[in-house]
Amino acid sequence: MHHRIFAALLLLSACLAGCSVFQPPKPWEKGLLAKPEMTLGGDALEQRFDQHILNSKEAAAGGSGVGGGGCGCN
Amino acid sequence: MNRLSAITLAVCASLFAALPAAAVEAGAPAPEFTLSGSRGAVNLAALKGKVVYLDFWASWCGPCRQSFPWMNEMQAKYGAKGLQVVGVNLDAKRADADKFLAEVPANFVLAFDAQGDTPRRYAIKGMPTSLLIGPDGKVIQVHAGFREEERKQLEDAITAALK
Repeated sequence: MHHRIFAALLLLSACLAGCSVFQPPKPWEKGLLAKPEMTLGGDALEQRFDQHILNSKEAAAGGSGVGGGGCGCN
Repeated sequence: MNRLSAITLAVCASLFAALPAAAVEAGAPAPEFTLSGSRGAVNLAALKGKVVYLDFWASWCGPCRQSFPWMNEMQAKYGAKGLQVVGVNLDAKRADADKFLAEVPANFVLAFDAQGDTPRRYAIKGMPTSLLIGPDGKVIQVHAGFREEERKQLEDAITAALK
């Protein structure tokens, strides 16, 4: 009976922290995140391909490129 | 105590183990370290008596590229007056650091800490971070980042420490 309680407690305490045990990367561990491939618009050619595919599937164009918009421009 | 309860206790205890390091602020003694460097071992205690400008840098950090010529200038200007610039590299791969140094040479002491133990103990909050350490081994100021308009303030802090 006792070992059942302990087993349950063990499982509970292991689950208790959940995903919070994973901390965000430390400032000096961000080397991979700093690579140009990791930026939002890193690869211009890939962006252009994605735009073209999206425009083709949506049968509409625009909304990409210069930031801003939402007030009738572009 | 039977084995299962011992394991339970250990798991519960380990959940509290990840405590952050106390921040190293102005006035606190600079944590001691010994790292391998480009020209032999680099030991902070051995530099006591000098004003140490300790800079944590990495090859992927843009402002570090800007700061190196400035640090070379500082070392050349104030080295004879007792300043020692120490750059601690935090790249996971030594090859990245060497590539950076081939493009941006450093005329000051270089140390390498790929494990990231030193920045953890210094609890640095950004890249780059520089600490100005006085001759008594106490931190004078901690500075995160490197911008054009901050150069003057950093140089003034160095000259004030060298008095």
